[in-house]
Amino acid sequence: MPKKISEFVIEGCIKLSGWVVIFFVALIFLFLLKDALSLFGVHSLPDFLFGKSWLPISEPPKFGMVPLLLGSLYVTLGAIVICVPLGVCSAMFIAEVAPTHLKHVLKSLIEILAAIPSVVLGFIGIVWLGPFLRNTFGLSTGMCGLTGSLLLAFMALPTVISISEDALIGVPKAFKEAAYGLGATRWQALWRIVLPAASSGIIAAVMLGIGRVIGETMVVMMVTGNSPVMPRSLLQPLRTLTATIAGEMGETVAGSEHYFALFAVGLILFIITFIINFIADICLRKARK
Amino acid sequence: MKKLLVFTTVLLLIGAVGCKETVDPNEPVGFIQVKGSDTIVNASQEVAEEFMKDYPHVFVAVTGGGSGVGIASLINKTCDVATASREMKSKEIEVAIKHGVTPKEFTVAYDGVAVIVNEKNPVERLTIEELHRIFTGKAKNWKEFGGKDLGIVTISREVSSGTHMYFKEEVVQLGKKGSQEEFSNETLLLSSSQAIVEEVAGNEGAIGYLGMGYVSERTKALLVAKNGVAYPPNVDNVKQKKYPLSRGLYFYTNGEPNGVTKLFIDFALGPKGQERFRNTGFVPTGEHIAKKN
Repeated sequence: MPKKISEFVIEGCIKLSGWVVIFFVALIFLFLLKDALSLFGVHSLPDFLFGKSWLPISEPPKFGMVPLLLGSLYVTLGAIVICVPLGVCSAMFIAEVAPTHLKHVLKSLIEILAAIPSVVLGFIGIVWLGPFLRNTFGLSTGMCGLTGSLLLAFMALPTVISISEDALIGVPKAFKEAAYGLGATRWQALWRIVLPAASSGIIAAVMLGIGRVIGETMVVMMVTGNSPVMPRSLLQPLRTLTATIAGEMGETVAGSEHYFALFAVGLILFIITFIINFIADICLRKARK
Repeated sequence: MKKLLVFTTVLLLIGAVGCKETVDPNEPVGFIQVKGSDTIVNASQEVAEEFMKDYPHVFVAVTGGGSGVGIASLINKTCDVATASREMKSKEIEVAIKHGVTPKEFTVAYDGVAVIVNEKNPVERLTIEELHRIFTGKAKNWKEFGGKDLGIVTISREVSSGTHMYFKEEVVQLGKKGSQEEFSNETLLLSSSQAIVEEVAGNEGAIGYLGMGYVSERTKALLVAKNGVAYPPNVDNVKQKKYPLSRGLYFYTNGEPNGVTKLFIDFALGPKGQERFRNTGFVPTGEHIAKKN
């Protein structure tokens, strides 16, 4: 009898923690929504969504989020282009090619990579990577989108590698053996059989990498220059959604228009990461089947 | 909750001083939160340390973030003293009163805003109008000002900075009320004076501005002219109001200060506090000859 009671209690606790998490997410969303929507009582929605200038302390202030959104998208896209091929190839190497002892070393090194604080990466970006890129590409300043993209790619690598590797390992052995049986080389089996079979897991890895990159704040705030321009290329300074919130939140008075505008930016960011995570979740589910 | 936190902090501090010491009941005890301008955060810190030597049972916490941050937290009632490198805007005072806060202003020192460029840049002096053209993006090459054929990279502090507001009003908008001019949107917005020094020191085409106290030997401060004669930013020129980019530095409290906050303000305005401002590169209030416009 006591065993049953304890089981009941434990089951209840687990169920409760699950519900609590869902409840918190809903609460955060509602909280963001409430303050974000307050903006549109005083500021027009189209001006916010399609406005091309972000001048929060001018008279009258302008809250056009297009430059910020584009800034975030540019940096994220740049980071993904750099990090996905690198990450997936590393995962392929670790999962299929590397000998066991090397595998262990690489895996722990990747864990260390994941543990580097973002502020340290930002510092490296300011003192070394920025000036290096400026001199290499002859830019006017090293504080540009590319510096941010490179550092963010570095940050997203561990996520992409470990999830892709899991997906690759999860491919049934029989697939590979069948390929070898038909006379495929190791490369052919890996490229044509294992990789496509693991594709939904890899897409999920990429999606989670994007989620990691788009939400990152410290690095982009330190190295991208934060100019609220409409970005034309990655080689110029830009301002992201996250850096805007972090840089300006401290000076806003609770309940002011600027305060609500930052919440609206936060809501946009929340929606973007929500969609990305949702897609990643669908892919992961597909991969498990 | 906050009171409890403050209380325990004070208790811990008293504990740290030594248990054998008993506090004289007439001795002032308390906690002062000072927040705001990054320009005077070092000076405020020194004043606070000096103050705590005189009043060992009062703990003063100094944090930066920018004048806007200080003023916002005064309005949100999360600090006792807001420091600012600009005056409060009428709109901010309005908001403050709506939140039940009546800001009281104290001018604690004067400061010059230095314009800095890379050491390799041959340009030595600029007028306010030229700075205006540079920072609004109308002038894009150093050639125009007798420098090398090199693109100009303008650098500014973040919008929360009082120096940003001051520079915007005096240079970008040339002191005209109701002007709609803005910093060129290609201007880099960096979050600290140190980051500005770092970028200017490494980038030949860069130009930035910061409080006089932050000028380092790795960059070159320009001479600035308003009506013909150019002056370098230094204590004497700010004192005599010759340097055109001079401004006051302020402490704000909620209403007339009382208790330990009053002690702190009096201390900052007194000889010992003013000495600390002088030592950190600012001009004490007593020595400022000309009155504010």
